[in-house]
Amino acid sequence: MDFLNAIVALSNFVLVPAIAYGSQLALGALGVTLIYGILRFSNFAHGDTMAFGAMITILVTWWMQSAGINLGPLPTALLALPFGILGCVAMLLLTDRLIYRFYREQKAKPVILVIVSMGVMFIMNGIVRFIIGPNDQRFADGERFLISAREFKAMTGLSEGLAIRTSSVITVVVAVIAVALLFWFLNRTRTGKSMRAYSDNEDLALLSGINPERVVMVTWLIVAALATVAGVLYGLDKSFKPFTYFQLLLPIFASAIVGGLGNPLGAITGGFVIAFSEVTITYAWKKVANYVLPESIAPDGLAQLLSTDYKFAVSFVILLIVLLFKPTGLFKGKAV
Amino acid sequence: MIVVEDIHKHFGGFHAVDGATMSIKEGSITGLIGPNGAGKTTLFNVIAGVLKPTSGRVTMLGEDITGLPPHELFHKGLLRTFQIAHEFSSMSCRENLMMVPGGQSGETLWNTWFGRKRIANEERALRAKADEVLEFLTISHLADHKAGQVSGGQKKLLELGRTMMVDARIVFLDEVGAGVNRTLLNTIADAILRLNTERGYTFVVIEHDMDFIGKICDPVICMAEGKVLAQGTLAEIKANEQVIEAYLGTGLKNKDQLEAGA
Ligand SMILES: Nc1ncnc2c1ncn2[C@@H]1O[C@H](COP(=O)(O)OP(=O)(O)OP(=O)(O)O)[C@@H](O)[C@H]1O
Ligand SMILES: [Mg+2]
Repeated sequence: MDFLNAIVALSNFVLVPAIAYGSQLALGALGVTLIYGILRFSNFAHGDTMAFGAMITILVTWWMQSAGINLGPLPTALLALPFGILGCVAMLLLTDRLIYRFYREQKAKPVILVIVSMGVMFIMNGIVRFIIGPNDQRFADGERFLISAREFKAMTGLSEGLAIRTSSVITVVVAVIAVALLFWFLNRTRTGKSMRAYSDNEDLALLSGINPERVVMVTWLIVAALATVAGVLYGLDKSFKPFTYFQLLLPIFASAIVGGLGNPLGAITGGFVIAFSEVTITYAWKKVANYVLPESIAPDGLAQLLSTDYKFAVSFVILLIVLLFKPTGLFKGKAV
Repeated sequence: MIVVEDIHKHFGGFHAVDGATMSIKEGSITGLIGPNGAGKTTLFNVIAGVLKPTSGRVTMLGEDITGLPPHELFHKGLLRTFQIAHEFSSMSCRENLMMVPGGQSGETLWNTWFGRKRIANEERALRAKADEVLEFLTISHLADHKAGQVSGGQKKLLELGRTMMVDARIVFLDEVGAGVNRTLLNTIADAILRLNTERGYTFVVIEHDMDFIGKICDPVICMAEGKVLAQGTLAEIKANEQVIEAYLGTGLKNKDQLEAGA
């Protein structure tokens, strides 16, 4: 019984949150990795791109809520998501046209593009705060729980409850669909293959008749979709606050780099590695330990390795460790 | 077919191509020879749209193609291979070949969703074609190998194979024979001759191997220091004083080679 309670407590506080968070990071890291692989720079504006897509989704969600449109038990935001993606697509294509294209034509070095993307980051950041404000915004509606802790206890008779939030389940389901679509696209369609070819060897791709501007455009389309989905899922799961999206940049980059920059499979793995490390290291293990350990050696304190305030340090340390032992990441990434 | 008019390409103060003028006849196999650093590859890069010329003009069948991007030239039927073989390293050799024919129905998002059947048929045809080309180049056994892992000479063959995947009009080959063994070299020469007669490809071939040049090329153009020194049949070129001085040299070794080749 104690053992079961321990597992339930572990699932409730570690597994479920980490899987949801990992999915969000994976989606974010996929966007970063695609830009790195195809456009050949590290996009610092990615966190704010996520915030922008999420913001449009939120605005449409609010409008739908006021118009009485909803999805019943599911959050209205899912219905608004396609509009968010469209808004984000428009934004990214506009930045590409106005800013990135100029540097592409100059054949600017990746490091210059990185600095440029920082500029874009500040502008997007400003736009988002200007439109929706810097504060926390609530937009989640529908059923909050698939199973609440109380129901779970009543069902199983255990003293620990397992609460499964709707947002966690939606996060995982949507992430799986998005990833499946992405891989199908990259591996099965001709456009996807030409994107891989372009990422692999740009010169040869050009001489094989692949239109670079088209590849770039499709990349932005996909990145916009991924970023918006990641941003909205994160917002549904936690809350929407522009500054948190900027902060997400570190774990997202850590995920992409740990997995091997430019490698989509790596980005997903990296997302989960970072999420699980962050959650397990900042979790207070006292409860679980009390269930499984005999009383004599059970911890007195919280048994928390690191306070949650330091959770970003975790990404950083993992990043350092991986780069020390495997500089190209867990999966082989590419060097620009 | 291709007319190159007074092309200059400067890298900083260095004149890699320094006023090259030449005209390539339709249906010919033109050899381009010259010492290392003569500017042959650079000229190819300018014609193929990889580098913008500092000045000068390139026309194809009367149309100005100076500075057009490589993918547009590809669709006009102008193809080239690289001196240092390029490949999509993470794809198999077969997939490498199948990447070439751009601009098919699979290219629109609409078709990706709604034209599945047609795309599947196209893919099948493409695959058959790729296998045929691999067979022709005697590297069928490498079809499923990752292109990044095959040998340097095999990559060269793949480069040539790429030009056979579409109906090209003019193909620029940059030392396809370098690093390829003798027997295969003959295979390549035969392939070039066949493509020329059967499919009407025009070729421009950079090569340092005089036997190879002698076997397939007429006319031959010799470049040195960014300029065209001479143009004519191989025999004429070999007799040309300037060419001998700049490229073929008067050293014993080269002389032997000259006489053996002639
Ligand atoms: N990107 C570049 N920047 C500066 N110099 C260059 C560049 N590309 C070529 N060059 C110079 O231009 C000259 C001509 O080079 P190119 O590659 O065209 O010679 P080549 O005739 O193809 O020689 P090889 O027979 O050795 O292949 C060389 O001296 C080279 O150093
Ligand atoms: Mg060369």
